[in-house]
Amino acid sequence: MGLFLIAHIAGRGVAIETSQVDSVVDIAQVIAVPRTEAAVRGLVALRSRVVTVIDTGTALGLDPTPASARRAVITRIDGHLYAILVDELEDVSVFEAQPLSPGLALDHGWARAGIGLVERDGEPLLIVDLAALVPQQTLAA
Amino acid sequence: MDDLLQEFIAETRETLEALSGEIVAWEAAPTDRTRLDAIFRFVHTVKGSCGFLDLPRLARLSHAAEDVLAAVRDGQRLPDTALVDAVLAIVDRIGELVEAIDAGAPLDDSCEDLLIAALAEDARPAVVAQPAAAMRSNGRSVRLNVDLLDRMMSGMSEMVLARNELARRLRDEQVDPLVEAALERLSLTVSDMRDTVTRTRMQRIDALFSALPRMVRDTAGELGKSVALSIDGADVELDREMIELMRDPLVHIIRNAVDHGIETPAERRAAGKPETGRLLVSARQSGNQILVEIADDGRGIDSDRLAAKARAQGLVSDAALASMDAAARLDLIFHAGLSSRDTVTAISGRGVGMDVVRSNIEHIGGRIQLANRPGQGLTIVISVPLTLSIMSTIVVGVGDQRFAIARQSVDEILRIGGETVRIDTVGDAQVATVRGRRLPLVSLGRLLGIGTGGETNLAIVATRDGDYALAIDAVIDAEELVVKPAAPAVMATGVYAGHTLPDSGLPMLLLDASGIATVAGLRFLHGILAEEEAAAAAPARGVLALMFEDLDDQRRVLPLAAIDRVETVSTAAIRRTGGQLRLAIGGHLVPLHAAAAIGERADLPVLRLTDGSTEIAYAIHEPVEIVQLPGEVAPARGVGPVAGVVIIDGEQVELLDAHALFAGALQPAGDRLCWLQRDAGGWMETFLRPMLESMGYRCVMQPPPDGPADVALVMDGATIAPAAARNVVRLRQERPSDGDPASIYRYDRPALLDALAHAVGDR
Repeated sequence: MGLFLIAHIAGRGVAIETSQVDSVVDIAQVIAVPRTEAAVRGLVALRSRVVTVIDTGTALGLDPTPASARRAVITRIDGHLYAILVDELEDVSVFEAQPLSPGLALDHGWARAGIGLVERDGEPLLIVDLAALVPQQTLAA
Repeated sequence: MDDLLQEFIAETRETLEALSGEIVAWEAAPTDRTRLDAIFRFVHTVKGSCGFLDLPRLARLSHAAEDVLAAVRDGQRLPDTALVDAVLAIVDRIGELVEAIDAGAPLDDSCEDLLIAALAEDARPAVVAQPAAAMRSNGRSVRLNVDLLDRMMSGMSEMVLARNELARRLRDEQVDPLVEAALERLSLTVSDMRDTVTRTRMQRIDALFSALPRMVRDTAGELGKSVALSIDGADVELDREMIELMRDPLVHIIRNAVDHGIETPAERRAAGKPETGRLLVSARQSGNQILVEIADDGRGIDSDRLAAKARAQGLVSDAALASMDAAARLDLIFHAGLSSRDTVTAISGRGVGMDVVRSNIEHIGGRIQLANRPGQGLTIVISVPLTLSIMSTIVVGVGDQRFAIARQSVDEILRIGGETVRIDTVGDAQVATVRGRRLPLVSLGRLLGIGTGGETNLAIVATRDGDYALAIDAVIDAEELVVKPAAPAVMATGVYAGHTLPDSGLPMLLLDASGIATVAGLRFLHGILAEEEAAAAAPARGVLALMFEDLDDQRRVLPLAAIDRVETVSTAAIRRTGGQLRLAIGGHLVPLHAAAAIGERADLPVLRLTDGSTEIAYAIHEPVEIVQLPGEVAPARGVGPVAGVVIIDGEQVELLDAHALFAGALQPAGDRLCWLQRDAGGWMETFLRPMLESMGYRCVMQPPPDGPADVALVMDGATIAPAAARNVVRLRQERPSDGDPASIYRYDRPALLDALAHAVGDR
């Protein structure tokens, strides 16, 4: 059993382990970062810290998250803060994490980000690993 | 030197404390290789430091202990109890000596010979009287744990950010003036504190470099080598901890370079290199790293010999060796216990060093890279992370975005369209010419893919590799900013060094000056080799010439080879004297050529021209740029010192005739030695000498000591030793030629000059 935050990303319901969630915020004005990857929407100030904003749609290889999206989940990966844009947030509750169903063919970035399933009222929700949404420097670089 | 000594004392004291455990462990298990290595490194470091701190007693002790330990490492001696005791006695003695140096107290050196003798294989245990009491002095400084400083620093950064946010929020609201005053006070305190905290951590890398010249000189002297050291970037600031941790590695590397890398003068001559070896130590900031580069032009590393030695010492197997590529073989240099040198010297070469160097550098999160050019030199680059978090920056605007750029990398900011800046397109690249200096131009807006709102300024950006001009829309502000590393995806672009949150409350990116140059594809030649390559390549690239605006508003060019330098002089120093314009400069008179009247101006640039022996000056309006002369020259017609016309950038430009400039109105070289025999009235000296000198004769009033004069001038019947001059021209006081028919009336100028010319063989 674990605590999960239920959110909507790219129109789908997903579950995020609360241990990955630093806070949930509405972000302010985003400053673009020229030349970086498309999945990085820019930088935003959050309580006197600078947070890198992730365009979740692009990170998943889907349509970009609309520019109007303001709600984000803040997560800390390798010492850096990221704001993962979401469509909508629901509540936090306790679920039992299950492995991905055998034979489940996930498309696009879902395959990389999906690490399991939870079941809410009979509806299966993908558990998304936020770290998989953040573009990482390749080891060689 | 005192600082260095204090550092050495503190460091040795600390190492000794840390070592005491190892010593006990080694006593219990003398065959333990790791303990042995630790103690060996300690004495080696002490020996190294003593070398340039001039502490002969410590050097002797540590050298003796090192010899014995090296023998143990090589398996030549067994670490029996007597040996362990003897080494420990020396380690103790080093500790006592260090305390004594710190306290400034004398310490009797009678027992040191005994201690060293005890190291011998057949020695009997030495009995040493214990010193009466410890003489530790009370220090006035505190050595702080770096973690503590780290926490202080990050707390400080947070405080600055919180202050900024508070200020921003208060700006948006109507507040009580008292609150504003309180905030003002807080701001002042915070910035004061910030400076202090920054200072506790940062130190100019000069602290590391200042000891190098002496060390290189002494080391090279001991080895009978000649080494020219150049140091660059001593004002780069580095974390104090890094500086301390880099000291030993740097000392090792430089000693190695002088000892192993740079050859003896005889070897260098044989290899066709200049006798004096070159050693370049430089520091620069690149992105979020500090790079320290040590480049020598010595023999480099012989990686095959290195591999052979490694195999002989049983450090690697044949099979492992066979599978190694060149880089891996080179990497063997970092193997503990391996030395590429066959003989051991007092300087280095015990195989300790590079392994210690690498572990020290890696310990602080740095990297060490080798660029080996066998026969030509070795370049070692140490890169260490930059923890500098408060930075003085210039905020620039492009389109609707703002970026910060480190102030230290910006040389100056110029307005586009001003007189000093000229922008041309060469091929598909843009070039900015600033006061005759041509720089590659990078448009920040275009590089970042942001629309610009009209570029109005150029920032001249200096990187270690070279300078370039960065076109920006606006210069907004100069600001001290707390810079933090940005997310990997952002850093991966290569153009940013970090991010920051200024007073505006909107995040801002810090540009990486050298990263931009790399991303923009600018290529600079750099390093020792590049200098030489450039020097070698220059003649083949055709004739370079200076293009300038002349006084008559014509553009003219003159080959660079003829120009000694361009100088701005005061017009007051230019006068028409003795029938031509002359420039008084540095106590000399130089003939000056001007194409038109100088007019009303306080100063003007002049080209100082030289053909190797004679010097003239050429007044110009302003230098434009350095250009390459095309092969085709249309010959000039008419008079004036113009050799022809060339086309440069589609424009007709007159090519000045350097030959004509020198040939016209200029004195022949004064290489004819003329001895004027002193006469009673001083006529020779006052009347004749200036005239002759203006004609190019070098005049002396005494018989020249070094061989005969070309010609001697004597008055009337004066006699002269035949050996003092090759020819004699006799002058007479009176006009009628009633006296000596071979003499010349002294005011018969044409006859006098003619006789002189005949005498020296010019006609």
